[in-house]
Amino acid sequence: MPTIRVGRVADIQDGGKIVVETEGEQIGVFRIGNEFFAWKNKCPHQGGPVCQGRIYNKVLEVLDADLKSRGRDFDDSTTHIVCPWHGLEFDIRTGEFAGASAVKIMNLEGYSTQVQDGDVYVVV
Amino acid sequence: MDANIISSKAMSVQEMDVYTDTRDYLAPAREDARKMGFADWFICDIDAHHLETVHWHEVIEHIEDPVVRHQALTYQKERFGAPPYGLNGDLGLRYQDVGGRIPHQSGQREKVDEGDVHRDVVLTRRAMEAMCIDKMVVFPTPMLFLGMHPQVEMEVLLTRAYNRWLTERVTPGDDGIGALALLPFNSPEDACRTVEDFADKPGVIGFTVTSTRYKPVHANEYMRLYRMIEETGKPIAFHAGYHWQDPSLATCNSFLGMHALGFAWCNIVHMTNWILNGIPERFPKLKSVWIESGLAWVPFVMQRLDDQYLMRMSEAPLLKQMPSDYMRQNCWYTCQPMEKSSEVGLKATFEMINAKTQLLYASDWPHFDFDAPRVIAEIDWLDEEAKRNILGMNASRCFGFEPKLKWK
Repeated sequence: MPTIRVGRVADIQDGGKIVVETEGEQIGVFRIGNEFFAWKNKCPHQGGPVCQGRIYNKVLEVLDADLKSRGRDFDDSTTHIVCPWHGLEFDIRTGEFAGASAVKIMNLEGYSTQVQDGDVYVVV
Repeated sequence: MDANIISSKAMSVQEMDVYTDTRDYLAPAREDARKMGFADWFICDIDAHHLETVHWHEVIEHIEDPVVRHQALTYQKERFGAPPYGLNGDLGLRYQDVGGRIPHQSGQREKVDEGDVHRDVVLTRRAMEAMCIDKMVVFPTPMLFLGMHPQVEMEVLLTRAYNRWLTERVTPGDDGIGALALLPFNSPEDACRTVEDFADKPGVIGFTVTSTRYKPVHANEYMRLYRMIEETGKPIAFHAGYHWQDPSLATCNSFLGMHALGFAWCNIVHMTNWILNGIPERFPKLKSVWIESGLAWVPFVMQRLDDQYLMRMSEAPLLKQMPSDYMRQNCWYTCQPMEKSSEVGLKATFEMINAKTQLLYASDWPHFDFDAPRVIAEIDWLDEEAKRNILGMNASRCFGFEPKLKWK
């Protein structure tokens, strides 16, 4: 399997990403802390350039003890990549569609990542 | 001519009209029931109607506010040709009977000699007997428009008066007659009071929101109501209606068009808000029943919401499943008026809503678009278990009553 050098660790800021292209393959590499996650830049919905979308924290609805809505808030512990074509949101850590758990078909195609000597690699 | 000539006799009813006995009207359904052996089937009709305004002089006696009650009684007594006191709605735009072509919709003026129970008990029993229905839930008719009443207080007073009248005069007359107490939904506090006061009254198996109204069903002030209803174990029902003054529907120049869309539209809106705001997630044991919108709208809404949800999930953050999953698991649907013109469409609908567990038979008798039990029994691609479920057992499980055979 080919291994693609994406760049230096320092090139990808925490909470950020880099989208690379090699031999016709487009891959987004996302950094959360010292972890890296790589996903194919193709949305399972309609083939949009998902990794070139924006990163948002997950949105929650806040309910009080009486189950009344008290508005929405961000969940700072979970980040999503949002496909710029139609807005489908995927968990950056898992690549899974971030909404209804029943939608298993809507997951990103992923690759494993390695960090060696300060460089980030994706194994395709 | 030969010796094989056989004689005939004129039928006793030559032309049906508003005076025709329900049993004569429904004689073909009775024959179907005999042939199909329905006496051995538990059949529950979740949505039949009576015309409460025929007995409005009785209903208003149950208005709790003494001043309004006095005014109502005086009005009914003294105003010649007066419409029902306090009721809103387009009482003169009721073209359901298509100019008298469908007389049972126009009125039921048949003779009733039985004096031991209320007239509506007799009429309901006659329909039950004819269609071999073991349990029949009765709804009002003009009061379905009460959600548009300009006076919230009057909605409260009239729903309470009706609920009292129904549970004191009608449902005690036959244990096969069920009721879903009307909720004065524009006053959440009084709707809660309705649950407290009527949950255990004779025949009450659930609660109804009349769907013709502009209140968002996800508003915070309803959460206490939903919790209370969930705790009773009884369902909440959304009974559809139309509103011809709705600006969109006002463009329809025929009752046909307005009615076809209107009866689905109100429940489409409520269902959308119900699901997207996560009411089934907040109240997972709360059963909702969607009545008299037919079925074709359900796959439409399922597909529309699923499609849009994928792209805008941050606007429905409470959802853990697809909108259609909640609609298939947490919601029940009555079949009438069941759109039967396309077998392909109907079959797909049954699969999408999981009809074997979620579909409930309803007749809507005596309205113009009523469905007899044969609409389910004659479907050749349904197995007998599914037919029995839809005709009665699903209702027994959903509403939590015993499937007691009445006509065996």
